[in-house]
Amino acid sequence: MRTAAPVAVAFLSGVILVISFFFNEEKTVVGGLSQELLNWVIIVGGFTLLLGMVSIIRVNWAAVQRRKENWIYRLFTLIAIFAAAIPSLLPPSWSPLFGRAEGSIYDWLFVYLQAPMMATMFATLAFYIASAAYRAFRARSADATLLLITATLVMLWRVPMGEAFLNLFPGDVPNIINDYIMNGANLAVQRGIIIGAALGAASMSLRIILGIERTYMGKG
Amino acid sequence: MRKTASLIVSLILVLAPGVAYCQPPDSIFRTDRVNALILVLVFSTAILLYTRWARQGRPLFLRKIPGLAAVEEAVGRATEMGRPVLFVPGIDELDQIETIAGVSILGRVAKITAQYDTPLSVPVRYPLVYAAAQEVVEQSYIEVGKRDSYDKDIVRYVAGEQFAFTANVNGYMMRERPATNIYMGAFFAESLLLAETGNAAGSIQIAGTAKPEQLPFFIAACDYTLMGEELYAASAYLSHEPLMLGGLKGQDFIKLLIVVCIILGVVLVTFNLGDTFLSWFKAV
Repeated sequence: MRTAAPVAVAFLSGVILVISFFFNEEKTVVGGLSQELLNWVIIVGGFTLLLGMVSIIRVNWAAVQRRKENWIYRLFTLIAIFAAAIPSLLPPSWSPLFGRAEGSIYDWLFVYLQAPMMATMFATLAFYIASAAYRAFRARSADATLLLITATLVMLWRVPMGEAFLNLFPGDVPNIINDYIMNGANLAVQRGIIIGAALGAASMSLRIILGIERTYMGKG
Repeated sequence: MRKTASLIVSLILVLAPGVAYCQPPDSIFRTDRVNALILVLVFSTAILLYTRWARQGRPLFLRKIPGLAAVEEAVGRATEMGRPVLFVPGIDELDQIETIAGVSILGRVAKITAQYDTPLSVPVRYPLVYAAAQEVVEQSYIEVGKRDSYDKDIVRYVAGEQFAFTANVNGYMMRERPATNIYMGAFFAESLLLAETGNAAGSIQIAGTAKPEQLPFFIAACDYTLMGEELYAASAYLSHEPLMLGGLKGQDFIKLLIVVCIILGVVLVTFNLGDTFLSWFKAV
């Protein structure tokens, strides 16, 4: 039963989604079933949010209780969770600071703390790209040298100074080379990967629908 | 019998594009998607046939995937070093097939860590993935007879925001210094942030994603990378079950069919004869 029920649900859901794809959603009930199922996913996801909250609180509270290394940061995490959640759940009619509208505590925390912190994390990507590019583009072999030359050419074309430099060359040669690399070799490889991945996804979906693949339940 | 079948298939293939462009506005059936239906039927038939042959015991050859062959070795390294294994099943929702593939591989990895008594940490971004991953890990520990070793905090929900999640996982890597990091699933801008931090922490890293734009980052920063379809093949590959391997061979057959179609399309378009042929694939 522990295996049979999920397999049956996966089979029914998969078959319904496939069949509904081929029916007019405005004219038939079957055609609209796929959207209905996707709505269910959102509802089920909403309920599981509580599980996530419980997990964060349990893991961090246990560390605070046992005074594990860096427990003070975990305490801040817990305080932050409740400081953001409680005022946002209280009705705005009690105070303009409650709820999630503009000017509320939740909004202030999001705009002035969370958003800048996320932007900072994203901005650090530039440094990570630099260190990864240094490792990837070291000319250790013929292949790596070719990669270095290709990447330099493509990168030059994407910055104004580089474009100005490449335009010094007679004719349209750098542009043609850049176009060939990006829309020829690069695009062909990307399409190959995309076609392979799409087939892999379809094959795995079919294995799940038919109950052949049960590893997503920890079985087999 | 075989002649009749091929005649029917040929008729469908010839008539399908015509039907596709005769879609009446109030039709119940989406005739503009007949081409897709044919592809689904051919694809399903190929996979079922190969699965049947696999069940009958026909030998199936699968090329070696170094990234998957290295999983057990990487977990062994973590065991020897007495450090944990970090597994990130992507940062997308469970309704994405890449995430399901990641969770499937997690089951295999959890079995190996359970056998070796190696600590495992699985941070997740979505509560649904949290529930599924917890179930998979628990089941894996039960299957290898290590139910007592299972800790429900192996899988932990971290944060719903992409970069909050990344900051937490990066912090974990720098503090705990896991010996092995495995990233399997859907990744976006955080792929390089995770992989570079893992590299700086000195971990062996195995990544797998079907997002072509993230693959270069993983290739640059990880020791092994599963590209595109290899991610979906991983669970079948690691299971060594003939039934699941049959599905992979069916997939290869369709790939061959697509290659033939591409070559045929190139030849026909070169001679300006490809309009009808290309129209067959519009709904697909």
